[in-house]
This record gives sequence, C-alpha cells and structure tokens, in this order.
Amino acid sequence: MTALLEFDRVGRRFTTPRGPIKAVDDVSFSVFPGDVICLVGESGCGKTTTGKMVTGLVRPTSGRVLFEGRDIWAMPEREFKTYRKAVQIVHQDPYASLNPVHTVYQTLSAPLLHHKLAHGREEAMTQIVRLLQIVELTPPQDFLEKYPHQLSGGQRQRVSVARALTLNPRLIVADEAVSMVDVSIRVSLLNMLLRLRSELGVTFIFITHDLGVAKHFAAGGRIGVMYLGRIVELQPATQLIHSPLHPYTKALLAAVPEADPDLTRNKERVKLRSLEIPSLLHLPSGCTFHPRCPLYENGLCDVERPELAAVGEQRAVACHVVARELGQATTEGSSVAAGSLREGGVAR
Amino acid sequence: MSTSMPSPAVAESPFAYPDAVLSVRDLWVEYRAYRGMVQAVRGVSFDLRKGESLALIGESGSGKTTLSLALIRLLTRSALVRRGTMTYRRRDGKEISVLSLSPDELRRFRWKECAMVFQSALNSLNPVLKVWDQMYDTIKVHEPMSKQEARERALERLRLVQLDAERVLNSYPHELSGGMRQRVLLAMALLLNPQILLLDEPTTALDILTQRSIIDLLRRLKETLGFSTIFISHDLSLAAELADRVATIYAGQVVEIGEVRATFYRPCHPYTLGLMRAVPSLTASDSEMTSIPGSPPDLIDLPPGCKFQPRCGYATEQCTASQPELYAVGPHHGAACFNWQVLSREHEDAGKP
Repeated sequence: MTALLEFDRVGRRFTTPRGPIKAVDDVSFSVFPGDVICLVGESGCGKTTTGKMVTGLVRPTSGRVLFEGRDIWAMPEREFKTYRKAVQIVHQDPYASLNPVHTVYQTLSAPLLHHKLAHGREEAMTQIVRLLQIVELTPPQDFLEKYPHQLSGGQRQRVSVARALTLNPRLIVADEAVSMVDVSIRVSLLNMLLRLRSELGVTFIFITHDLGVAKHFAAGGRIGVMYLGRIVELQPATQLIHSPLHPYTKALLAAVPEADPDLTRNKERVKLRSLEIPSLLHLPSGCTFHPRCPLYENGLCDVERPELAAVGEQRAVACHVVARELGQATTEGSSVAAGSLREGGVAR
Repeated sequence: MSTSMPSPAVAESPFAYPDAVLSVRDLWVEYRAYRGMVQAVRGVSFDLRKGESLALIGESGSGKTTLSLALIRLLTRSALVRRGTMTYRRRDGKEISVLSLSPDELRRFRWKECAMVFQSALNSLNPVLKVWDQMYDTIKVHEPMSKQEARERALERLRLVQLDAERVLNSYPHELSGGMRQRVLLAMALLLNPQILLLDEPTTALDILTQRSIIDLLRRLKETLGFSTIFISHDLSLAAELADRVATIYAGQVVEIGEVRATFYRPCHPYTLGLMRAVPSLTASDSEMTSIPGSPPDLIDLPPGCKFQPRCGYATEQCTASQPELYAVGPHHGAACFNWQVLSREHEDAGKP
C-alpha cells in the first residue's frame, strides 16, 4: 500500500538575524489512509513547521514530501492543486484564522466556488448546511450570516474545521486545534474531530503540546515525540504513554501534572541533568538531548547522532542507550533505518 | 494603618477559619459596559488560611481574575465594588479593612503584605530595564535601604528561586527564557516578604518541563517561607498539584469550596464534576470524557435561579426558581447546589471513599 503522505528525511532551515537554524531536521514518517498520528513536543521543537510542510505551506530545504508516492514539489501544477485540495489545515487560533469581515457563509462558500465544487449560491448553500451539521453548528441557518465576532471560541473553531472540510480532504492537519478553547468545551471539539475520523475516514495529523489530549485523540493511532526539530520517538499511542522509550518522553510524562491530587503528587519524577532547552542556533553535538539526558554516556551521546531506529513492532526510538538495551533484549538489529518504519503502518 | 473592624459574618460562616490572614465576605464587583452592568463577582465569601494555598478554578470569564484584582485593589476605573468586606490580618495581629485603605496605606499594603504575579511573564516586566533596576525600584518605594543592602536582598531572592543570581540581575527580560522570567517575577513578588501571594495562571504558556520546575519551586518556597497563596488557574491539574483547598468559581460566585482531596474525589457541585470529567487523564485507563454543554452565561443578563442551571444535567424546577446558597456538604466543604446529595450518593455508588 502506498502511503497517503510520506516524509523522506525532510528538513527545513530558516535564516534568522542571528544565524541559520534547523527548525526541522531529517524527519521521516509515513501516514496511511485512515491513520492518525499525533506530534507532540514543547515550543520550538518543529511540530508546527512540520505541519506546514505536510500541507505544502512551507517548502522543505532538504528531503522529499511525498503525496501518494509522488514528490509534491516536483509535481506538475495540476497535480499539485489536487494535492492541495486533498490536504487541509486547521490552525490554532480561531480568532486569527477566520476573516473578521466575512460571514460564515462567505468563509465556507469561497473555497467551494473557487474550486468549482459548487455551481452557484444555491448549490453552495446546500453543501454548507451539510458541513455545519457535520461540525455540530445547528441549526445551520442560525450561523450562516454570523460574523466571527458573534461566535464563541469553540464555535469559531468549528467553522475552521468546516472550512477545512469544504474540499473533501483526505488528510487534515490540526495544529493545536483545541488549545485555545476552554476546558469544558475542549472535549466536545475533540470528540467531533474523532467522529470525522471514524465517519468520514479523514486521516489526521494532530499537533499538540498536551500529552493528555494526544493520548485521547491518537487512541488507535501513533504518537511521535519531537525534540529540537527531530522525532525522537514514535510509537502506538497507548504504548507510548504506558511504556515510553526515550528519556525525553519519560521526562515529559513524569512532569505532566494530572487532575488527581494523590496521583499527581506521588508521581515518580525523572531527574534531568539540565533544565535549559538548548538554543536552535547552537545545537549540542551528537544527540541534541545529551546535555539534559539522565542516560548520557560520555564519548557516545555527545559524538554520534542517534537515528530514529525501529526497536520492535512499530516502535522506534532515537537513543543509543535505549536502542542498545532493547536490541540486546530482543536480539533484533537496532539500526534498522526508517524504511521498516514506513512499512510498519499502524494497528487499526 | 487604619480601621480594624469586627466582622460578624466570620462567626456565622461555616467555612470560616480562626487562622485566616484574609477574610472576604459578600464581595460584589461590577463593570460598567455599554449594554449594562457586567456582574463579574457576585457575593463571594471565603477565608484564606495562614500558610495555605487556595486555588480558584473556573473557565475564562468566570470572574476569577476580577476577584484577584479586587483583592489587591487593582481594578480598572470602570469597575465598581458594590458591596462586601475584605479583612486582612497583619503579622502583628492587627486587622485591616482592605477596601477602606487610603492610597498611601494601599501602597504599603501592596508588595509588603500582598503581592501579585501576573499572567504573562513577558508583559509584566519592563523590556527596557534590567532586572536589577526593576527590583531596585520596587524595594526603593516600599522599604528604604541602602543600594548595597537592596542588591543583597535582590540577589538572595533570585537565588531562592534557583537562578544564577548575578547573571540574571544584569540581564534584560528578553535575554531570559520564559521559565526564567517567571522565576524573576516570583523573586520580585517575594522581595518584601509578603504574607499573601496572588498568582494568576502561574504556569500557563510554559512548556511542560519548565512548568514542572515552577510547580516544584512554588511548593518549596511555600514550605520554606510560609506565605499564603491564592492562585488562579483554568488548569485543574495545577490545582491538584499545589492547592490545599480549591474554590470553583462560576458566573462570579464560589459554587464549591473544600479541601483539595474532597473537591477532587467527591465534588458536590455539577460544575466542578463537569470540569473534572472534561480533563483528559494521562495515566488512568481510558476514562469517559464529557464536556459541559452550552457556554458560560452572559454576565450582564444572568439566568434566573442557579446560574449553572441551563447547562446542568441535575437541574430541577427548584433550580430555576431560586438560587442555592453554599450548603455544608462535608467538613469544611461547601457546595451551592440543591441536588448535592444526588451527586454525593453517586460517589458512594461509584465506590469512592
């Protein structure tokens, strides 16, 4: 089966006044139809840039982004347009991503009319009513003529989702799509997105900094943890939460406070050697996590950069020490390249 | 300072504590707006005990920030304190009515008795002044001492929040990371040894590992310095981590208040319960997550009876007809819900202690 979307050693450099930085470095993964993959990480880890490269909004400076096996930046323009239609994004901030002087009807009809998926106002209207029902803005008539400022944060985000759905996309990138709305509303938004996944068969790349949200959304899918531009661990969601491999993932999971006083106060902590996140301008040598890593081995981790390597069925980690230990335990080769990961697909 | 006042309400309230450093009684705050009066805080009463940390939780627009600004008298001009009393007890035992402080007394009250750390660490530091200048300004105004003494105090406070004190003192805010800035703000708030520290969303916008270090720091500081904290958060997990007691705020009212374990394990107000069910848990096996239907009420045009009633699954006719008061539902645990016993029974059926 060809992957719907594949990253093949993708990197993106940016030039800043203070020097060049690698926002994304050598990232490889594949997404198959119906998959869900959550990318988690702290600010500056490259998750948003990755999302933008998936949607073709940012062009990689190295590597290839393949859509159904074809390099999107080497496609003829017509094909590129088809890809653009098939891959949509929902942005983080529904206050910024909706045009304040357009009504909901205008926002949703524009792509339909532009791409000739609807001929004329009436056809557009029928489709928009259906879309608003899908995103649970009902009755739709109440929302058509509303401007963004007349909607709550949660409602705006639903309009953003409806807009992403206008072109019947096959893949949606949701970049922190639920982070800006209140807790009480967040769940219903998440559940709505999950419904799209099961009912419309939309494939999702879900970007978040919240591991709890990732666990909920990626149930049945995978979670990838990013650190300073690289994926350091990629595993099926439940497995990643319950048996994390990379020391960074372990530290994150141990650090997350939970809404249960007894549990959260007695959680085992992971002691890092340093709290400071290195600057992207001066990345540490070898493994970029080595200055903070509790498993650090002198002469190995600060010299050689670990690749994201398969360490068993659908599990991959970029850590010398963990890969070595697991490699010995399972007697499997520890340096399998991204290739076998691509074949791995996902448990569904 | 001024007027000590006998507060009869203290003796009457079942949630009053003898060791309170701050007693708020029946506080009402409104904002003037084009459409009418926004009733942001509506009859709030609570005690803050010595050395405890009290969390105010609720959605955005529930009135929690207004409440904290009222506590330190920082409300904007369009705000009006309609009613209420706030009694602060100084270390020497003297009682002060916060609402009747003169501008001069107020200046002495802030920082020395009660300090606040605002939500955005970047915005609350002056970008063109070095950390030292900002700290010195604070000390100079409140406690006359020599520059050398001030410098030592500043260094000592920065070390207390585990910063490289000498380096940070000579830095501009933009040279510091988000976590470091948050620590600087904490150090500044603690410069004059206040009895009460108000923290507005102290870890929001910080990354997970930084957030963890701030949480651990706050806990340690509280233990060593013994101040009381009120912190505002929409994040329940932060309350679970740091609070001794939790107050749930809805539509400007305290709808539930109690010790942290009681509130989390036996919430007696449907809104508190709803908030808990809306948070995805990391380690617990896939628990059912549900959201609270509807949205918070319009604070200008409030629904009749219980303000949560339009969104509540437990609502009965009684709830639309009248407004429930805070009932004692357990030891030092209050909930403003007519049907709290129904919730309480559900906890028992669920087998929770």
